[in-house]
Amino acid sequence: MSATNTIPFTLAGVRHGALLCVPFVPGYFLFGAAIGALAAQKGLTFGEALLMNAIVCAAASQMVALEMWRADWTWMHVLAVAGVAAMVNLRFVLSGASLRPWLSPVRAGFVYPALGVLTDGAWAASIRYNAEGGRDFGVLAGSSVFLWLTWISAGVPGYWLGALVTNPHAFGLDLLIVFTFTATLVPILKRTRQFMPLAVSGLVAVAVSYLAPGYWFIAAGAIAGALAAAFWTPKGAP
Amino acid sequence: MSGELHNGHLYAIAAMAVVTLLLRIGGYWIIGRVPLTARLRRGLEALPVAIFAASVLPLAIKGGPAGWIAGPVVAATMYLSGKEILALAAGIAAASFVRGMGF
Repeated sequence: MSATNTIPFTLAGVRHGALLCVPFVPGYFLFGAAIGALAAQKGLTFGEALLMNAIVCAAASQMVALEMWRADWTWMHVLAVAGVAAMVNLRFVLSGASLRPWLSPVRAGFVYPALGVLTDGAWAASIRYNAEGGRDFGVLAGSSVFLWLTWISAGVPGYWLGALVTNPHAFGLDLLIVFTFTATLVPILKRTRQFMPLAVSGLVAVAVSYLAPGYWFIAAGAIAGALAAAFWTPKGAP
Repeated sequence: MSGELHNGHLYAIAAMAVVTLLLRIGGYWIIGRVPLTARLRRGLEALPVAIFAASVLPLAIKGGPAGWIAGPVVAATMYLSGKEILALAAGIAAASFVRGMGF
């Protein structure tokens, strides 16, 4: 099958995408246990906890939202929790934007459903595959759906066994996103050598993280790094 | 606006889901509606590295000694081995060790 005449969409690609994400599975289950424990503690039913994994499917925002979870809700509280989710998940706007140059020719009916369940792991694996010259849309679809299903599955033992991981901090599970992102960043840097945007983004993000509350530093740093790359014309470019 | 909601849990989960979905498709959608100049393309190409750096650095610094040590351990393991699973295990081991020492 072909999504367009320029970007392939193959079953082999789907399988490759899923395989690329296998290394994330243990981390997802650990994080799932940490969030499951919190969900159980905050009075979510097993069904609600699974539903949240399935339709929100963004671990960091789920964790922050569960921290402020309550027994009684008003519309204001619902709005507040949605606002927090928006702030923590703002990075998805940028991840989506970064996929456009690759996936532009792919039909919307294929791209948007895959983007709907995009996670950091799937994005990281796909963008690395693309940075290494791969173009099969199946890799994005496969990695996204695979990790989406993984995250839902992780909710099952997570909710029931979560009590065993009462202190995720002790195992550095609060740093899991640092570890997975660093592990993905290294090979991309090795290949692209984009040290200038890296430095600009990192410095701005660190500064903003001390100046502004919440998760604004991710968007601020990332945009600064991208702007630096856009306006710093490399030698030989028009 | 201040009345108590029946099924508040479900409204909250649904609201989070809708907002997150809009963000997931929004960036991709917007970039398709502006002309892709050479400059914009260079910016987009740098975006992945920029997002990684902007997330990793502050979170590692704020993670305390465990973050300062485990972050570089992950980077070094990944650089030398090229295996994510190994890098992840090294990171968790290093962080557990540092935190276990009481830092």
